[in-house]
Amino acid sequence: MVVTNMLFHLGRYVTLLRDSISRPEKFSMYYKETMRQMDAIGVGSVFIVLLISVFIGMVTAVQFADQLGDSFVPSYYIGYIVRDITIIEMAPTITCLVLAGKVGSNLAAEIGGMRQKEHIDAMEIMGVNTAAYLILPKIIAAVVVIPMLVAISAFVSIIGGYLSTVVPGTISHTEYVLGLRSFFVPRYVFMMFVKAAVFAFLLTSISCYMGYHVKGGSIELGEASTSAVVVSDVLILVFDFLIALVLT
Amino acid sequence: MIRTENLEKSFGENHVLKGVSTEFYSGKPNLIIGSSGAGKTVLLKLLIGLFEPTDGKVYYDDTDLFSLSDEALRQIRMKVGMLFQGNALFDSMSVGENIRFPMDMFTNKTAAEKEKRVDECLEMVNMEGINERFPSEVSGGMQKRVGIARAMVLEPKYLFCDEPNSGLDPQTSILIDELICDLTNRNNITTVINTHDMNSVMGIGDNIVLLKDGQLAWQGDKTQVLESDSEVLQDFIFASPFLRRLREDALKTRHAQE
Repeated sequence: MVVTNMLFHLGRYVTLLRDSISRPEKFSMYYKETMRQMDAIGVGSVFIVLLISVFIGMVTAVQFADQLGDSFVPSYYIGYIVRDITIIEMAPTITCLVLAGKVGSNLAAEIGGMRQKEHIDAMEIMGVNTAAYLILPKIIAAVVVIPMLVAISAFVSIIGGYLSTVVPGTISHTEYVLGLRSFFVPRYVFMMFVKAAVFAFLLTSISCYMGYHVKGGSIELGEASTSAVVVSDVLILVFDFLIALVLT
Repeated sequence: MIRTENLEKSFGENHVLKGVSTEFYSGKPNLIIGSSGAGKTVLLKLLIGLFEPTDGKVYYDDTDLFSLSDEALRQIRMKVGMLFQGNALFDSMSVGENIRFPMDMFTNKTAAEKEKRVDECLEMVNMEGINERFPSEVSGGMQKRVGIARAMVLEPKYLFCDEPNSGLDPQTSILIDELICDLTNRNNITTVINTHDMNSVMGIGDNIVLLKDGQLAWQGDKTQVLESDSEVLQDFIFASPFLRRLREDALKTRHAQE
């Protein structure tokens, strides 16, 4: 029963994605909608990304400094570890998990609300390919903007690490910067952007799928919104592991 | 003209429409009536192509709607206007933007041409000068009119109205009916109206399709309603003792005049 249900949703999800990838009726309308979504997803999420990122960096640095204690590991490793753990894991994964909650639930509720108020039916009757018009701009906007947010997140996390270790005097400015400049592997930045793009696609497409197929009333809309976040979060973690396997 | 041929629709075990064959004519309001659960909305959604039939056909003139490719279906739909029961106006857009949306999507008109057409459509429904207001800032009756204006903006060949009078007072209902009737006659549109409203039936019912339990129970026009001996029709239209007395009085007067 569970397997049948999963296959049903998988099939419907793939079909919706296929329908959403089609030639736009009017390119300018899709462009306008994509820009609007970039603003909503990107600019609208900057504050929360900055907030979580600075704390991610601060916590990572403080905890690693504590673990180093009086060991023989050089203290400039704090900068190195904060940089790598942020770029490889924290910035893309934590940011996208948070965005799945903020952006994903918003998208599911927006599209689900349109379904319930017959806006989607109205567009269908006008001849609009609703799967394409409502979903494609959101996916494109997210895949472009979320990697930028993740890059900002990584940068701010590193600053957070600096604030929590250099300012109180745990290590010196020179040591932290030396750590940041040591053992740099450019491939990790590539991995960060791959993760960010894949997670962005997952959280947007799944949330749109959940909203697009809402039936019933406000309780079902709430359930769709919750499912969008839960499923996106689980799949982000699954794909995090798969990408780590493939790219390391 | 729209024609259905042995149209059937089931949802699982629930057999909603059971072989409906009928015609909806151009240039006159066609009404689908029937009690709740009779299958009116399902029939309307099948006519528009929002549902696929379990069996049977829907013809737009001579084109079988469900044999069309997605692209051809979209082309047909661009000739369709629809007024929804809840209006389905986009809340985040102003009245003007709502009406302009189909033009933005499907035409290459300039901004000035679009504005002109929006103004024409608002004038058509006697709602001039509300372009900048949002749907939440106008009354239910005004929203219906804006919905009609949006449905008419691409000059459709087919107009569908789902319960256009629901939630409106009797006077506004009559105005909406007259407006739809006028637009239908003037533009020779095939208009299909799904309604419960008896004023609409007796006022603009040039072709009335009565459904009962998913089947075509009666078809005729408003002039035939009074004298029809169809029990299903009489039970539905003249449901209350007051209306039954009115019908008897009307028939007596008519027979006395003859």
